Amino acid sequence: MRRTPLATGALDATDRAILNALQTGFPLQPHPFAVAGAALGLDEATLIARIAALRDIGAITRFGPFFDAEAMGGAFCLCAMAVPADQFDRVAALVNAHAEVAHNYERSHALNMWFVLACEQPRDIAVVAQAIEAETGLPVLLFPKQKEFFIGFRVQA
Amino acid sequence: MSIDATDRRIISATQGGLPLAPEPYAEVARWLGLTEAEVLARLTAMQAAGVIRRIALAPNHYALGLTANGMSVWDVDDTQAETLGAQVGALSFVSHCYLRPRALPDWPYNLFAMIHGHSRAEVEGLRGQIAALLGPACRGQDILYSTRILKKTGLRLTDREG
Repeated sequence: MRRTPLATGALDATDRAILNALQTGFPLQPHPFAVAGAALGLDEATLIARIAALRDIGAITRFGPFFDAEAMGGAFCLCAMAVPADQFDRVAALVNAHAEVAHNYERSHALNMWFVLACEQPRDIAVVAQAIEAETGLPVLLFPKQKEFFIGFRVQA
Repeated sequence: MSIDATDRRIISATQGGLPLAPEPYAEVARWLGLTEAEVLARLTAMQAAGVIRRIALAPNHYALGLTANGMSVWDVDDTQAETLGAQVGALSFVSHCYLRPRALPDWPYNLFAMIHGHSRAEVEGLRGQIAALLGPACRGQDILYSTRILKKTGLRLTDREG
């Protein structure tokens, strides 16, 4: 995934209108590009070509359904560890070796390693966390989601 | 809602994205040997049940200049945390917002809000907006910046039956 800004002028007003409008939703209809395009003053073929071009320059990370992984039966948990600096790389390797570790970030805090466990079953979360504690000799703090507020993020293009 | 094997096939086929074709749902149906009507009906049902949060385009926020982000964390009075959390989650610059258990004494924070901005300075300013919103219900706060990505894999549904 592209992690650098696009050059100034890479997007025109139509591109920005598409990015702003289609963040919120896309029709579930036989000709969704025609329906979505009509609201933007674009015909079906033009909207498809524009989205393809936006994808090709890295302005879009995904286009399609966003699934709630938990609703599909998985279990997830944010975890954190306070890892001494001289052990950091060794511990990172031990943690990352677990396939259940979906992503892992070093962060600026005494709790300096933050990762997400993604397991098939809720009971597997504790099993993997305990395995990491045994391997590293360090506590793993679990921060399971109690409530998610999933509403508003919009990137103003 | 419990999803069945056919739903899982549709999820598997579309989690990489919808085809950029005039009739994308018909295209997915052809891949799977289903009818367009069935694909649309199942996607509609999954969206109604929240299995699909939305069908949409996700802009690459780095490409659009939102290169700075921080995990802001807040110690919010439990009696107000749900109400205030919903307000924080609705802010346009907050991408993820969760209530989580505290881990006392090391970790007094129960509200997590990921803030995105064009610069570290902008993120700090937006953090100030959240502090103002929370007001006296907030007893402490911090922000954690990522300094290194140690691992990043997509969350992909494994193919399995039922």
